[in-house]
Amino acid sequence: MSGLPGGFTRERGLHLLREMLRIREFEDRCAELYGAGHIRGFLHLCDGEEAIAVGVMQVLGPDDALVSTYREHGHALARGIAMGPLLAELYGKRAGCSGGRGGSMHVFDAATRFYGGNAIVGGGLPLAVGLGLAEKLRGTRNVSACFFGEGAVAEGEFHESMNLAALWRLPVLFICENNLYAMGTALARSESQTDIRSKAAAYDVRAAAVDGMDVLAVEQAARDAVEHARAGRGPVLLEMRTYRLRAHSMFDAQLYRDKAEVEEWRKRGPLTTLTARLKSAGLLTEDDFQALLREADAEVAAAVEFATAADWEPVADLARHVYAEAVTA
Amino acid sequence: MTAPARITYREATKQGIREALLADPRVFLMGEDVGKYGGCFAVSKGLLDEFGEERIRDTPLSESAFVGAGIGAALGGLRPVVEVMTVNFSLLALDQIVNTAATLCHMSGGQFPVPVVIRMATGAGRQLAAQHSHSLEAWYASVPGLRVVEPATIDDARGMLRAALASPDPVIVFEPISLYNMEGDLTAAAENVQLEGARVHRAGSSVTLVTYGASLWRCVAAAEVLARDGIDAEIVDLRSLRPLDDATVLDSVRKTRRVVIVDEGWRTCSLAAEIGQRIVEQGFYDLDAPIARVCTEEVPIPYPKHLEDAALPGPERIVSTVRRLLGHAD
Ligand SMILES: Cc1ncc(C[n+]2csc(CCOP(=O)(O)OP(=O)(O)O)c2C)c(N)n1
Repeated sequence: MSGLPGGFTRERGLHLLREMLRIREFEDRCAELYGAGHIRGFLHLCDGEEAIAVGVMQVLGPDDALVSTYREHGHALARGIAMGPLLAELYGKRAGCSGGRGGSMHVFDAATRFYGGNAIVGGGLPLAVGLGLAEKLRGTRNVSACFFGEGAVAEGEFHESMNLAALWRLPVLFICENNLYAMGTALARSESQTDIRSKAAAYDVRAAAVDGMDVLAVEQAARDAVEHARAGRGPVLLEMRTYRLRAHSMFDAQLYRDKAEVEEWRKRGPLTTLTARLKSAGLLTEDDFQALLREADAEVAAAVEFATAADWEPVADLARHVYAEAVTA
Repeated sequence: MTAPARITYREATKQGIREALLADPRVFLMGEDVGKYGGCFAVSKGLLDEFGEERIRDTPLSESAFVGAGIGAALGGLRPVVEVMTVNFSLLALDQIVNTAATLCHMSGGQFPVPVVIRMATGAGRQLAAQHSHSLEAWYASVPGLRVVEPATIDDARGMLRAALASPDPVIVFEPISLYNMEGDLTAAAENVQLEGARVHRAGSSVTLVTYGASLWRCVAAAEVLARDGIDAEIVDLRSLRPLDDATVLDSVRKTRRVVIVDEGWRTCSLAAEIGQRIVEQGFYDLDAPIARVCTEEVPIPYPKHLEDAALPGPERIVSTVRRLLGHAD
């Protein structure tokens, strides 16, 4: 993965790096804000998995639909949800992208067709099947994509959804972020067949395993998959091989893995490797990198200001949004 | 007599599991992250090292399969303790619990009782939002064939599992998430915990507060506030949600003649509704005032603290409800 494809431009490289840096800087700040008590509940960071969010989003169009999990800040930012409303959501403020009701695990945004961080493992997959069904029945060329961890592959919903999507030839991208651990459970302790990609064969679903630490590999695999789905040829399973460099959530003491293993993977972190590749190809200087970092940090600082200044929802509105307020057509 | 030990609810629960594993080789614990991770709420931390992987069994994320496997293992002569991380995730196993565990004994004409224990955390209070915070005890408590308990005290947390394992029937044990860190005295009473029966947690004469789970401590806080105004609340901790102990509740109502039911479930079709109706059916003429309920507002639990607090049946709402019932101005 060391070389860059022919025709690869500096502009493209800076763009991909910027997108991943925004995610990393945002989440590192979130960890601090969690420590300071501004963010509460569960907070799941995607350190190490940024390339998947960024690579996939490069090929999805604005009308495609997305479903994510509780580990969705990267997906949300890469999809184009503004950082201010995203952070305000993590604070529980009214200006949050979900009105403050959901918090970190439940990011929603109608404008970008982001149908939520779903915190029930596997819960988002049937939803993506339904969104794909809607596109097919409405006769569009849009696709739906869902992200989930390899832990979700053990749930019945994964298998039921794969079968249904294949049976009905729906334009659904199943994007498995295989980070090797489901909380403290290593893949080999939870799957009899650890080759996630191979599960697709049972449902006659097209599948590929991808180096999820390489944003260019992710982008290419996603492009092929989206083309396949848009052409009406049915769903695709992409197994993105990656690693969670931080704890499962802020409550996790990580008793189940060695520090050395984490450090080994950290060397392969998608930001580290892309930075090195761009530098060695002469497309990026240290000054460029520092400038990108400053840019990302400025965006994060503005988001913190936005979230801090935002109001709390009045208690009088507690029971709002249990039912729809507007009649939909 | 030795002084009572001060331990957490979490530790008490763990001691109960440990004792069960030591006492009976047929007992094993299984669930997501109970082993290497030490339990999602750290209840089973250390047990893997002590008992090994056969008896502290990590499962994949497959609630329906491993709960069902627990039911099958119980049929096969073992005494499984199945842990589902929270009641919210137990909905993926609802079919196995309701359609299989609860029915086999009856459908088989009594040939196949199902002595499985299914533990799960429940409730709100930690800003975990609408997919991690609900109290769905009433759903399970409505099903014949299940026994449903909810230890709210350190002694019950310590002793309830032993009682549950002694039962030949499927027992659902709810553990309130917000109580795991609670500290309290472990007393000799933990040695003799019964599966059934409510308990008067605080004796009083002015009003009866009927409650269970984490709301027990909301009632205790409310009773302290009320006591300053000379209102002496009696608190009944239901402990068992199926079967319900009508007699203890009615005895208390006969004494105080006023009742407020405090329930972390949603009001509609709640345990509070069931208890209120039983009081009406069996003790209507003992009442001096309408029965009141303090329940969770009918909203999925919101994430921000001020809204979560407002949704829950907190001490302030209990106090003002009691005052209104007794004709005191707020
Ligand atoms: C149905 C269900 N069971 C259990 C949980 C608790 N839980 C939350 S995340 C998680 C691990 C999921 O691992 P994986 O799917 O691999 O995703 P990752 O967290 O690694 O991104 C568990 C067990 C849950 N949220 N939903």
